[in-house]
Amino acid sequence: MKKVIFEIAENSPLAAGVYRMRLAGDTSAVTAPGQFVNIALPGHYLRRPISVCDGEPGALTLVYKVVGHGTEAMAAMGPGERLDVLTGLGNGFDTALAGDRPLLLGGGIGTAPLYWLARVLRAEGKRVSAVLGFNTGDDVFYEDEFRALGCDVTVATADGSYGVPGFVTDALRPGYSFYYACGPEPMLRAVCEKASGDGQLSFEARMGCGFGACVGCTRETVNGPKRVCRDGPVFRKGEIVWTR
Amino acid sequence: MDALSVTLCGVELDNPVIPASGTFGYGCEFAEYYDINCLGTFSFKGTTRAPRFGNPQPRIAECGAGMLNAVGLQNPGVEAVIAEELPRLAKVFHKPVMANVSGFSLEDYAYTCARLDEQPQVGWLEVNISCPNVHGGGMSFGTDPAAAASVVRAVKAVTHKPVIVKLTPNVTDIASIARACEDAGADGISLINTLLGMRIDLKRKRPLLANGTGGLSGPAVFPVAVRMVYQVYEAVSVPIVGMGGVSSAEDVIEMMLAGATAVEVGAANLVDPYACRDIIAALPGAMARYGIENLRDIIGGAHG
Repeated sequence: MKKVIFEIAENSPLAAGVYRMRLAGDTSAVTAPGQFVNIALPGHYLRRPISVCDGEPGALTLVYKVVGHGTEAMAAMGPGERLDVLTGLGNGFDTALAGDRPLLLGGGIGTAPLYWLARVLRAEGKRVSAVLGFNTGDDVFYEDEFRALGCDVTVATADGSYGVPGFVTDALRPGYSFYYACGPEPMLRAVCEKASGDGQLSFEARMGCGFGACVGCTRETVNGPKRVCRDGPVFRKGEIVWTR
Repeated sequence: MDALSVTLCGVELDNPVIPASGTFGYGCEFAEYYDINCLGTFSFKGTTRAPRFGNPQPRIAECGAGMLNAVGLQNPGVEAVIAEELPRLAKVFHKPVMANVSGFSLEDYAYTCARLDEQPQVGWLEVNISCPNVHGGGMSFGTDPAAAASVVRAVKAVTHKPVIVKLTPNVTDIASIARACEDAGADGISLINTLLGMRIDLKRKRPLLANGTGGLSGPAVFPVAVRMVYQVYEAVSVPIVGMGGVSSAEDVIEMMLAGATAVEVGAANLVDPYACRDIIAALPGAMARYGIENLRDIIGGAHG
């Protein structure tokens, strides 16, 4: 974890209610795809946890959805403005588990952190498939970006307005070595039930601090209570206990 | 003694700044971020006799100038704290720590306090009779003077270290409860725990927190805390640990002027992990601006 002042280099709409923010600053604490940052926003007491969509030395890309007052304020910010950010939070995905044909499963804004993961896996020479699920065709983002990395991309929409009609679980095809999933909890649960084989899943949670102090985001696992922010947000399939 | 030092129940603190229970875990996360030996001490996560998972999700909500939590005393239980957390802490923190204890019966409080009282690392017991997020214990002991006194007597009978009783602000007359604790043998009073609050999710049209209610903390509660510390200072002669929305060196000074010997910092740690380190570093400058030579001289200074 490192507290860093970033400068906004870009903040622009990407899809319905979805924005891409590029930040310039010290990224030395950001070490793995699947990690997140926690952003202080003027006028809002708690920080906003946002997954890292892509990272390289000196630059971070965040893709976020406007879901409330905080992300609304984020969307209104412009290039040159500064943000106080806690960086390098969470454990991230373990690419050593991927095997030679990993499958990425993204649900809505949960697609964002899979982009960096895809880039790392492609750089490691893996054959990467991605199934990206959205509510409607207007919500789709990064389909071309995943394709440009050399991924085999399938898009599914719940209303059938674009790509395969249905959820990511309706577009699953066998033949993958390991899966990585990120999205809303009902989607992750459906993935766990319907996708064969082992995988890692990244969870969302309402967080107080984002670095393990308040235990506000705890969920039960087979290994006891775990903090989504500190022990996660990525958990192995076999660890997860579904409580709701 | 140095200009920042104070004495809390006979134990000297290098400075009055103490991260509050529930915002600092058992210390080890923060030790990765800075040398936590700069703190006066810290109050570790509220510990109970048996392990507790706490409340269902969601447990956290935001509001203007603060937050609500309904964690519900998640902790690994006193035996795991003694076997695992305290040895881990000993490697990174070399001062006496404040052991925060909660319970659901007099026997619970006595047992857990006695176990922690035996630990050489523990300097004070902070007995929480004020958690608003659990049922059948916690705050129910802290809302009645006789019940509060019974907890103090049960704990004092089995311990040797200073016992500081943490009070809830969710009462009509906090001074009478503080007085009852002092009469029962409490060595100090800490206040305030969180204020009972609620948010409603407009999309679901139901309370946002799974527990329904939660405890309000953050800058929103600071004036309430200052007022209550001021009132309790008039009512008791034992030292007071003031807390509630403290976020700056100036807030620490204000709390001490109201009557606090030491000051706990809570929610601010969650927003900025360096909050306590930075508050301590800012104290000498703030003291100079207000013509304060020694912090221990200003305790209760606002009282005529």
